[in-house]
Amino acid sequence: MGAEYAPILPQLILVIGGMLILLLEPFTASARKSRLGQIAIVACTLAAYGLGRQGTGPRAVVFQGMFIADNFTFFCQWLFLVITGTSALISLRFNEREAMNRGEYYALLLFASSGMSLMAASGDLILTFLGIEILSIATYILAGFKRADARSNESSLKYFLLGSFASAFLLYGIALVYGSAGSTNYQAIRELAEVHGSGQVMMLIGLALLLVGFGFKLATVPFHAWAPDVYEGAPTPVTAFMTVGPKAAGFAALVRLLVEAFPSLEPNWTALLWFSSVLSMTLGNVVAVLQTNVKRMLAYSAIAHAGYILVGIVAHNRSGFEAVLFYLVIYTVMNLGAFCIVLSLSRKGDLQVNLENYAGLGRRAPLAAAALSLFLVSLAGIPLTGGFIGKFYLFGAAVQQGYIGLAIIGVRNSVLSVFYYFRLIVLMYMREPYEGRPDPEPISLAVLAITVLGAIAVLWMGIFPAIFLNLASNSTLALK
Amino acid sequence: MKIQNIVTLVTYLPAAAALALLFFPRRSGRAIRLFSLIACLATFVLSLHLLYHFDGNNPGMQLEESAPWIETRTFNIRHHLGVDGISLFLVLLTTFLTPLAILSSWRSIQDRLKPYMICMLTLETGMLGVFLALDLVLFYIFWEVMLVPMYFLIGVWGGENRIYAAVKFILYTMAGSLLMFLAILYLFYANGATTFDLVEISRNLATGVLRLSPGAEFWLFSAFLLAFAIKVPLFPFHTWLPDAHVEAPTAGSVILAGVLLKMGTYGLLRFCLPLFPSAALAAAPYLSLVALIGIVYGALVAMVQADLKKLVAYSSVSHMGLVVLGIFAFTLQGLEGATFQMLNHGLSTGALFLLVGMIYDRRHTRLISEFGGLAHGNPLLATFFLVVTLSSIGLPGLNGFVGEVLVLAGTFLSNRTYAAVAATGMILGAVYMLWMYQRVFLGKVTNPANNAIPDLEAREKLILVPIVILMLGMGVYSSPFLRRMDSSMDRVVKRIQSARAERGYRVQTHEANIEREKLAHGR
Repeated sequence: MGAEYAPILPQLILVIGGMLILLLEPFTASARKSRLGQIAIVACTLAAYGLGRQGTGPRAVVFQGMFIADNFTFFCQWLFLVITGTSALISLRFNEREAMNRGEYYALLLFASSGMSLMAASGDLILTFLGIEILSIATYILAGFKRADARSNESSLKYFLLGSFASAFLLYGIALVYGSAGSTNYQAIRELAEVHGSGQVMMLIGLALLLVGFGFKLATVPFHAWAPDVYEGAPTPVTAFMTVGPKAAGFAALVRLLVEAFPSLEPNWTALLWFSSVLSMTLGNVVAVLQTNVKRMLAYSAIAHAGYILVGIVAHNRSGFEAVLFYLVIYTVMNLGAFCIVLSLSRKGDLQVNLENYAGLGRRAPLAAAALSLFLVSLAGIPLTGGFIGKFYLFGAAVQQGYIGLAIIGVRNSVLSVFYYFRLIVLMYMREPYEGRPDPEPISLAVLAITVLGAIAVLWMGIFPAIFLNLASNSTLALK
Repeated sequence: MKIQNIVTLVTYLPAAAALALLFFPRRSGRAIRLFSLIACLATFVLSLHLLYHFDGNNPGMQLEESAPWIETRTFNIRHHLGVDGISLFLVLLTTFLTPLAILSSWRSIQDRLKPYMICMLTLETGMLGVFLALDLVLFYIFWEVMLVPMYFLIGVWGGENRIYAAVKFILYTMAGSLLMFLAILYLFYANGATTFDLVEISRNLATGVLRLSPGAEFWLFSAFLLAFAIKVPLFPFHTWLPDAHVEAPTAGSVILAGVLLKMGTYGLLRFCLPLFPSAALAAAPYLSLVALIGIVYGALVAMVQADLKKLVAYSSVSHMGLVVLGIFAFTLQGLEGATFQMLNHGLSTGALFLLVGMIYDRRHTRLISEFGGLAHGNPLLATFFLVVTLSSIGLPGLNGFVGEVLVLAGTFLSNRTYAAVAATGMILGAVYMLWMYQRVFLGKVTNPANNAIPDLEAREKLILVPIVILMLGMGVYSSPFLRRMDSSMDRVVKRIQSARAERGYRVQTHEANIEREKLAHGR
């Protein structure tokens, strides 16, 4: 039995941490709720420690093929722990300010994290669905955590309704695949699909429905409609978490599902994802140009980046999957970094997040402005930042596989994205500060640390990316 | 004495200085200025080493340095730098102009001085990297990174319409270069996914180890061409240039006109011709035509400008058209003339922008109609301006003449009509430059505001004297320059000629096939 539980130790730590927070919550004075957040961070650290002790190793399949512990899982879990820990850290002060400092917040973050890990490790449709639901339900609540704020409520409700809709699609897809394959296990589905090829209509419909469900969860076009409103209305740290965490987990689960269960139906899913990729990149970037609210702009940019990542999946070669993993890491770093600055500049009531509030920031807060510029430059994919290496890999994989048209659409979109990312830089450095601006608030130590570490990471991944790329390469090797 | 890793040192010294500047206190303006100037001068002195150790008889890359940079399962990017007859003088031009540009902004930049100098220094590293990089990805990285400091230079320290100009500049350039990026990736995979090394890829292309289908070659050539044509800028892609030049601060305009535009024509010489010779051959008539349109159109538009800086900007369109014409003549004279003309244009247009900047510092206007008779109170300014004007219009004895004659001669060898039209463009050039000079400096002082302006000060003389000396030197004794270009240019010409021979052969066999088919049908 012990051998069965060893691979899921990090998840166990997260869940136990979450329950501990829930237990302690009623006994903690409201002024000291931040302690509970600190417990969450400790739980993440412990889980990371446990993960590090496990180390990389040969593929271990436990719980009757449900849970796959391999280098891919290992890589993704690291990423998820970083996302969760950072999200908890940047929430501490925000939650105090917005008077929403309750322990459940941190417990939900930990539960979401365990859901994400299950998604990446899943070798069975049922576990994939459970992981998605654990993550989703936690994030539905987190999005509406600012109970007194109508926008936060709207965000939560919208996310919940459309999310349940997506879950229904997923379930229906799972049912059809199960019906045609007789099993929900990836290995079994794969074997059967290989025998029947793409001749089996029921399985094809099932796969299509699964892709629709994933499309909703990943906010790729045409299933993106919920994302901007939800991202705008949710409390900023939750938005930061939502643009990276569920996205990374969704892509990890999608890659595993497609590679391990449906390699024989590859012409079918690449065709569908090709369109979704093109639409996501184009719509995300075009609409981002029109935004005046920074959170909304980053929401549309998140849609566009999902489109870029899909390029790697469409290429479906090893370089492509490497590129997906690397891009998930760099996207996490630069997006969390950007949100971290947006957060530290926002004011009570989640105000001051419009573009014009950034006018003259270069003079008012030079460090924040410089860091935000770096993250934006990286999001735009300018060389010497990790964002460039990420796009280099994604489009390289597409060119290698002969998807030149897709690559051309991708780089055209990059030019477009430069326009709106640089517009923020224009505001910060080339315009004078606006009247009636608030005095800069001192940046908290946590935010400062995350910003500096993020900036170093972005440059490191841009200048000496080999170590990260080789890690990603080893992790994709595990997929079979 | 030979310094180890000289090329790397030259490339990164300015960037290292920029990094050091970060630790200077913001208030110590004098120290920041002096430090930046010394760093640029040190770079210039180091770059003279390249000249000293350069062997003019070697057509290949020299002083090469290659080290692994990003080595992964998928890609192998090397940090590979080197210099040859094509890039040598462009490197020197860069290191020569940058200290002058910094000196020119000694007084005019007071606001946010430290970031300004950091931008100038990183820009220099970017430009040097573009000329020296021999790995395609490394080249692309320098090409793109350099945009960021230039964008800030225009956008933060520029004129009234600076934001529009900065955004237009970066969007235009990126729109061109990202397709080049895909072409680089395609070339990498076509070459067996082993290397991005330019030397290796061009050797494989020349020896036939790597064969591109005519269609692929055409598209790759087009992708590279678009990136470079926007940068040059070639005729229909030139609209970003007047905005960027006019809005940029003086030093920015000097670097833009002096060095950045050369990156486009350098790219044509370094990549488009040697890598895709048959596509270049096929495209040459059209490109020459576009270049001719640029020469005449730029000159005509320059003639009617009311703003001095705009006039100089449009003259750049005209002059760079001449460079492109020389390149696509595919003769040794044409290529050497084009490269020489790049240097000339860098010097003369750079100097013109410096002079216009000096006038602007005094009067805070650049409208030609505001001036007149400046020569009366400012004999030195007028003299320097005259020399630079004459250099720009190609008066014999000054550098401009050598380049123009070589380009025209080279073009004449390949197409007489083109040469004749281009010569007309030269006449138009003389018209707008001299007319402008007449309206600004000659005649009576009509505007009382022009009576009280001071003549050149010591710092400004210090900027202009080296340029004028170089103009004279290059005009009277040009062979030290041309000699060092000879063998590298010759190699490019040979590559084109062999492609032409191969093309001729291919056309013949195609015709032979048709003949054979006809015979077969006849039977």
